[in-house]
Amino acid sequence: MARYLSIVEDAYRGTVEEQDDTAVWFTHALRNAGAEAGILLRGSAVYYAVKGQDTRGLRFGTRALTGAPRLDQDLVACIRKSVLVYLVAEDAADRGIPEGELLPGVIRVPRRQIGKLVDQFDRAIHW
Amino acid sequence: MASITIGLMDPPYESANTPTAFRIIDAAIRAGHHVNVFLYEGAVGLGFSGQKPHANPVKGTTAEEEDHPNPKDWVSGLFALARERGTRLDWVNCGLCVDERGLEAQVEGARRGSPADLWKMAEASEGFLFISTR
Repeated sequence: MARYLSIVEDAYRGTVEEQDDTAVWFTHALRNAGAEAGILLRGSAVYYAVKGQDTRGLRFGTRALTGAPRLDQDLVACIRKSVLVYLVAEDAADRGIPEGELLPGVIRVPRRQIGKLVDQFDRAIHW
Repeated sequence: MASITIGLMDPPYESANTPTAFRIIDAAIRAGHHVNVFLYEGAVGLGFSGQKPHANPVKGTTAEEEDHPNPKDWVSGLFALARERGTRLDWVNCGLCVDERGLEAQVEGARRGSPADLWKMAEASEGFLFISTR
């Protein structure tokens, strides 16, 4: 069975409307279907792995958002289903995100080792 | 009280520009300003009344539990807020962009126009912001 790696870089694309990230959601759906899958967060997508995000309270006019996205919890749900979640360590450091702010279970990968990581998977989808 | 004209180009469900723009429009209306919004290209889908909420099979939630935030409801919410505050929201779709996409069915209050409307609205406004897609 082929292993799939979702490389998520185009962050916050429609996440409020979708109530999640479409790439993470898609990868979760692949896993639910039986696929072996991983997620690599890079660029601004590393923010998804920061603990305790809360976007509640958003409203547009008289329409309040009752189901705000919880991107960190979506990653937790993936990890619980044995999806390996990685992030590029330098991309987190560049943004001032300390290691202690990251979700437990997220694997930090140095940028120079991305090639080796991709080699561990058979198919990659770059989002 | 001032008038502001905002142009949007990103389609719904595709960009963080959309909630950012809606927050600006919301804040302007709450502050008592008149707001003109011109929707160009894919942004004409924001007020498309055919949008439907759905369940989320990955999360195992029903459509009711999800309370899926369709942008058409945000547009209607902005119209309702403008009525409450006694300000004016003008929501003008590029008519040719609507035709190309078959999105004629729009929420109440949206109207059809052209780039000439954007120009007229911008000329009559104190503030102008166009958020184009990349």
